[in-house]
Amino acid sequence: MSNVHKDYQGAKLGMWLFLFTEVLLFGGMFVLYAVYLSRYPAEYHSAGKELNAFIGGLNTVVLLISSYFVALAISFLQRGEQKKAIRYTYLTLFMAVLFLVNKAFEWSAKFSHGIYPDSPHLRELPQGESVFYGLYFLMTGLHGLHVIIGGGVMAFVIYKMKKNEVNSTDFVMLENAGLYWHLVDLIWIFLFPLFYLVI
Amino acid sequence: MEHNKHHIMSVKTATLVLAMLLFLTFVTVAVSRIDLGYLNVIVALALATTKSLFVILFFMHLKYENKMLKLFVFICFLILAIFIGMTFFDVAYR
Repeated sequence: MSNVHKDYQGAKLGMWLFLFTEVLLFGGMFVLYAVYLSRYPAEYHSAGKELNAFIGGLNTVVLLISSYFVALAISFLQRGEQKKAIRYTYLTLFMAVLFLVNKAFEWSAKFSHGIYPDSPHLRELPQGESVFYGLYFLMTGLHGLHVIIGGGVMAFVIYKMKKNEVNSTDFVMLENAGLYWHLVDLIWIFLFPLFYLVI
Repeated sequence: MEHNKHHIMSVKTATLVLAMLLFLTFVTVAVSRIDLGYLNVIVALALATTKSLFVILFFMHLKYENKMLKLFVFICFLILAIFIGMTFFDVAYR
């Protein structure tokens, strides 16, 4: 028996409050995207066609499945199936790595075509196109950073579950890691159509 | 005080939600192939919002949380809507 006071509701509320700040962080960038879309619709269209919709779609599926895995891991942990919970958290981590591998292929293809932040090629393009690519690298880059952090968080929770410090009676850490992971998925749900499909 | 009756999402519910999300992703891609002009953006955002609701309510478990947390999340998205709306009042009539 531990004498440490654990506030389950408080821990969860704290995580949600942090997620609100994340929503507003990305919200600000979506506003920037929308304002420039209304100013440069034609340039957005021609720049957007260059993005690889297949890799974007594949990564959407990867993230949705990873969200499913972590949701299942939480259910298993709460039911006391510790081993299964660890296995499904590993699967989530694997999907995070898969997402980053796809992203690396996508970005290296862009780099080899001379499309990277402040490249000579981008500076020659019309203003609207270079704004589009700027936002593309900023927003998918910041999202990618969240995937890396999320993967690290998953690895840490796996370690805690293996030490049995996160278990069927104290599972809020996995729940909060899951909340963070779902937010990463949520942002991608908006990034994918806006950058790869619509325009 | 700790709640003893904590809602645990069943594998079946989670699988149904995943199937719905994958289906909506397919619809998003399919609709984007049809040229609807400016409506394309609206349709894509509507589909993305629907997907978000599934993720927030089920995967993020909000459907089973207490009223206070639901209110907090609602206020967060209300503020985001005001932020985006007010910006566009400025941008659209400049």
